[in-house]
Amino acid sequence: MLKITDLHASINGKEILKGINLVVKPGEVHAIMGPNGSGKSTLSAVLTGHPAYEVTRGSVEFYGKDLLALSPEDRSHEGLFLSFQYPVEIPGVSMVNFMRTAVNEQRKYRGLEPLSATDFLKLMREKRAIVELDNKLASRSVNEGFSGGEKKRNEIFQMAMLEPRLSILDETDSGLDIDALRIVAGGVNKLKSEKNATIVITHYQRLLDYIAPDFVHVLYKGRIVKSGGPELALELEERGYDWIKKELGEI
Amino acid sequence: MKQDNPNEILNDVTANEYKYGFVTDIETDIIPKGLSEDIIRHISQKKGEPEWLLEFRLKAYAYWKTLEMPHWAHLTIPEIDYQAISYYAAPKTKQAPKSLEEVDPELRKTFDKLGISLEEQMKLSGIAVDAVMDSVSVRTTFKEKLAELGVIFCSFSEAVKDYPDLVKRYLGSVVSYRDNFFAALNSAVFSDGSFVYIPKGVRCPMELSTYFRINAANTGQFERTLIVADDDSYVSYLEGCTAPMRDENQLHAAIVEIVVHDRAEVKYSTVQNWYPGDKEGKGGIYNFVTKRGMCKGDHSKLSWTQVETGSAITWKYPSCVLAGDHSVGEFYSVAVTNNYQQADTGTKMIHIGKNTRSTIVSKGISAGRSQNSYRGLVKVLPGAENARNFTQCDSLLLSSDCGAHTFPYMDIQNDTAIVEHEATTSKINEDQIFYCNQRGIPTEDAVGLIVNGYAKEVMNKLPMEFAVEAQKLLQISLEGSVG
Ligand SMILES: Nc1ncnc2c1ncn2[C@@H]1O[C@H](COP(=O)(O)OP(=O)(O)OP(=O)(O)O)[C@@H](O)[C@H]1O
Ligand SMILES: [Mg+2]
Repeated sequence: MLKITDLHASINGKEILKGINLVVKPGEVHAIMGPNGSGKSTLSAVLTGHPAYEVTRGSVEFYGKDLLALSPEDRSHEGLFLSFQYPVEIPGVSMVNFMRTAVNEQRKYRGLEPLSATDFLKLMREKRAIVELDNKLASRSVNEGFSGGEKKRNEIFQMAMLEPRLSILDETDSGLDIDALRIVAGGVNKLKSEKNATIVITHYQRLLDYIAPDFVHVLYKGRIVKSGGPELALELEERGYDWIKKELGEI
Repeated sequence: MKQDNPNEILNDVTANEYKYGFVTDIETDIIPKGLSEDIIRHISQKKGEPEWLLEFRLKAYAYWKTLEMPHWAHLTIPEIDYQAISYYAAPKTKQAPKSLEEVDPELRKTFDKLGISLEEQMKLSGIAVDAVMDSVSVRTTFKEKLAELGVIFCSFSEAVKDYPDLVKRYLGSVVSYRDNFFAALNSAVFSDGSFVYIPKGVRCPMELSTYFRINAANTGQFERTLIVADDDSYVSYLEGCTAPMRDENQLHAAIVEIVVHDRAEVKYSTVQNWYPGDKEGKGGIYNFVTKRGMCKGDHSKLSWTQVETGSAITWKYPSCVLAGDHSVGEFYSVAVTNNYQQADTGTKMIHIGKNTRSTIVSKGISAGRSQNSYRGLVKVLPGAENARNFTQCDSLLLSSDCGAHTFPYMDIQNDTAIVEHEATTSKINEDQIFYCNQRGIPTEDAVGLIVNGYAKEVMNKLPMEFAVEAQKLLQISLEGSVG
């Protein structure tokens, strides 16, 4: 479903991604790990079309379409979802209104009628249950005054609402307490199917204990320098990144 | 109901242009251009006015001639040739219509296009509507029902004929013709407007509403609204305005006077959407308006809520004179400027009585190359023990070429007063827009959402019927302003 080939991208003229290659197929879970500042969030921003980044080389194919040619909203409509590392607050805009607009924009793109108020509220209720999101949060302004953990839970709630084909979870585990981690990860698992795929960006094995990856990649200085199975994450957890740097001849 | 479907509102909005810019092809009775004593006599005579009103006009005119146009506002106002304006234009009808069936079909079409089908309004929403086209009040709906309660809601001209004592007693009592340049001009040439009287102890059961529309070319509109709320009464009043797209500028100089007696409450809401001019700044309405209310009685309350999206130039400071003890004044404002629009707007809160309170919330939103200024005065007179004021003015910038300015004035003459002022300026956040985009919401709708969220505190003060329209307006007037 996703094919990234030799992707280079820069911000303010500074190259951050230096040739990423990655193939994701339906039903798969890929974990991306890597030291701070290696370009993990940059990769998610570039894939979702953040205007601050410039793609200087390479291509991204998503279900046969040239992803990079699509507007950010059409990438979303095509089924690409990002759970932000730092979710944004939008004061005065209620979650209900926000999600309603989002869901109906997606329906419009797919040639469907907007949901009626009743159907929409029913859908909200259903999806809230998946991540046990408090009704009080759902009736507040988007992320405004939410705690760190509440924001992350709210991201996965939105994922449930939009039913993406490919979700990128950028450090969704950070900020979640032990119980919340279990609940939110459980939510992600409930949403998993043969047809969709997940890219999990994380620093810790604890999330991967819940969301079992098929592949683990190490992103370092803008490149995927190592890929492997679930055991790679365990090894990283134990040994850190120095051994990889050594392999690369850096140390 | 539409109200519970904000999304539909956003989806509805596709028009990029000013959608009220049509001209109605209707026979209009326009008097020659220019301003003179003769013209004023002519207007007065056309309207069959009593002698005292003609005197009032002539005094105002004599005073106006001694004045020069004010230039203290943060506005660039081109020279206005007051002799090139026609001061009276009325849709031609043989006689004042007695029922809806008698209203000129073209005129009714106009109001239909504006989304105010008079019949619908009458039947469904329970809002009484007075529609002022060019200078003349076309029709007041719901009169009979209101009359049962003793509520008077009619055109200003009718009020002069039917309730001369009330008009005489209150006309100019809050906004004197000597108040300012435009007030003097209006007092000399005003042609019509609305009159409201709520008798003692009556809660007006429906929103009263006036739609103003300038149609004819080369005319000015000078309407007057006078609202009197007697002891223990309540009324919520709505005002909406639109105009056709024309290349030349048109002048709108209105006066609104409100008198609030003991324990009475008046809510006055405006959605101002006069034609703002085109993208290059050509054409548009000059909106120079004097609005003031007097909280005359103890425990009286006056709230102004305004959503200003239109006009090439806006000069407007709805104010409260808090004369009665424990009286309360409120001002909630959203002013949007785009392209080359200029707005200088705010309020004055004059604390005279004891324990008076005032609240000011102003949200300025500027885009394009527009200039948006908040100008407010909080004045506490020596006798105003324990006066309280809270002022918050926020500015949101949508482009780097626009300007937002804040001019808060304070004049505190009693040291028991507590006056608070908060101000913020922010730029629309690219990350907020991207967050919306990522969820599938296109940038224009995202801006609409974010801006409506930003203005929510004020929008919430609007009556339901207006809130929907106002949300759409915010969205439309900012289309194409970010990106
Ligand atoms: N506007 C910018 N100008 C210059 N450099 C930037 C800018 N934004 C990000 N960077 C740099 O890009 C690099 C990659 O950042 P990114 O956020 O993708 O890292 P990350 O792998 O997600 O790190 P973390 O694990 O800490 O979340 C960092 O070195 C960061 O400082
Ligand atoms: Mg990151």
